[in-house]
Amino acid sequence: MKKYDYILIGNSTASVAAIEGIRSVDPRGSILVVGDEERFVYGRPLISYYLLGATDERRMDYRPRSFYEDNGAELRLGVRAERIDPAAKTVTFADGSAAKYGRLLVATGSRPFDPPMEGIESVPHRFHFMKMADALALEKYLSPAARVLIVGAGLIGLKCFEGIADRVGSVAVVDLAGRVLPSILDETGAAMVQRKLEEHGATFYLSDSVARFDKDTATLRSGKRIEFDILVTAVGVQPNTELVKDVGGEVARGIVTDACGRTSIPDVYAAGDCAESFDIASGTRRILALLPNAYFQGHCAGVNMAGGSERFDNAAPFNAIGFFGMHVLTAGVYEGEAYVEKGEKTYKALFCKDDLLKGFILIDLPERAGVYTAMLRERIPLSQVDAESLKRSPGWNAFPAEMRKARFTKEV
Amino acid sequence: MKRIYVKEEWCLGCHLCEYECAFANSGIADMVKALKGKTIHPNVHVEDCGDIHFAVNCRHCKDPICVHSCISGALTKGEDGVVRIDRDKCVGCLTCVLVCPYGAVLPAPDGHAAMKCALCTDNGRGEPNCVKYCPNGAIVFEEREAAE
Repeated sequence: MKKYDYILIGNSTASVAAIEGIRSVDPRGSILVVGDEERFVYGRPLISYYLLGATDERRMDYRPRSFYEDNGAELRLGVRAERIDPAAKTVTFADGSAAKYGRLLVATGSRPFDPPMEGIESVPHRFHFMKMADALALEKYLSPAARVLIVGAGLIGLKCFEGIADRVGSVAVVDLAGRVLPSILDETGAAMVQRKLEEHGATFYLSDSVARFDKDTATLRSGKRIEFDILVTAVGVQPNTELVKDVGGEVARGIVTDACGRTSIPDVYAAGDCAESFDIASGTRRILALLPNAYFQGHCAGVNMAGGSERFDNAAPFNAIGFFGMHVLTAGVYEGEAYVEKGEKTYKALFCKDDLLKGFILIDLPERAGVYTAMLRERIPLSQVDAESLKRSPGWNAFPAEMRKARFTKEV
Repeated sequence: MKRIYVKEEWCLGCHLCEYECAFANSGIADMVKALKGKTIHPNVHVEDCGDIHFAVNCRHCKDPICVHSCISGALTKGEDGVVRIDRDKCVGCLTCVLVCPYGAVLPAPDGHAAMKCALCTDNGRGEPNCVKYCPNGAIVFEEREAAE
């Protein structure tokens, strides 16, 4: 049985980041990466941009084609890890082969989760929208006459809408929540996004859900009926935690790790959408299924797997999502005192509590938004800056001269 | 590596660096043709704070959060330390704009990508144009050690 210093299960952002983390400490140790998708690593959130025509398969590569070779990592695609044996330190793959690891990273991501929906088996053309294979399968059925039903008005469902809006006849979107993007927007922000999407042809059925599918017809709880040719379900996701759970590793909603990426099993690390983070904004452990978070987790795990020292202890949700040229930037939680500026086409809401910026929503006000993100991630007390100036306009002119000096007159 | 640093006590707040940046990145040889009557979209911005002024542009961070956060692999840190954006790969999601602590990655005016300073390594100038033409020496390009 072949032995590797490092085995990485999963081949997306967290895994790439782990390779970069490992190599920053250990230039030579052997690395095996296994991924179940038969595809070179790509930015998963790009699949809607692919359907939109804003990118293509070549430009979606997350790293140069020589990345694995350059980093001395062996890549096996189309391979699924079935189980790990923490005592023998082995991984067994779906093809029956096995390999021995020194340190293991579980970066298995998540999969779509559909709650039971009556009659869904009778729908001939139904899709999820999480990976490139989903986008390519969906694309085959797109046509100017096609009627699409999307169940779920969250990030996945609405980015899918943007991707297909100009390639199909009509799109209906159903969600149990009373507003779009309920996880990242308040009512004001959600209403602005909804209007934008309606301008591009979306018809929303909110505070409603599908009671029954019958081939090409969905009957909603409200009694309304929607006829469709294509169904996309984007209701929820489920973290792929089984490899760790099956051998008794600590799993809550996702795999539990410490700030170094270690699971409760010796020499087994976890990162990405299968693992939880400690969210400093909400003060709770939760899955932050966001690409940057996967990178930070993966890099931290990789450094520590290789014997270096890195802690990732300032995770927080932050989202940059765009629809038809409208840019929505959000972060943190919407608790505390709100500072609101509502323009005709713009919206700013900042939420402050305990002398900290806890969260924000910015619609079409992207310039220097990162100054707000830095306040949040670095937990800079509002009392240390000119908070009123900062609320009006993000900039380093709101910071005291000594803080500016520390950041602007030296290498950072 | 050599980076751009600002001496805020010397900055006049004249904003000339913004025009020199826009000119250097315009691809047009004549400054008047490049700038006259146009809204400029420079990579450097002067911030004002009462009588204090200072220019902000990309710090080419050692551990660049924009690069780590990029969803498409469009942002990279080269072996020369320069953080660059591949506009061909960028889809304009603005995650980099959301995470840059300095507000130094900006939405490009076409709305389809982000843009940032590459220390004039990408426009044939060879050295930062904002530094070269700062009338008061308030922007410098030099090696300095890391912040503690």
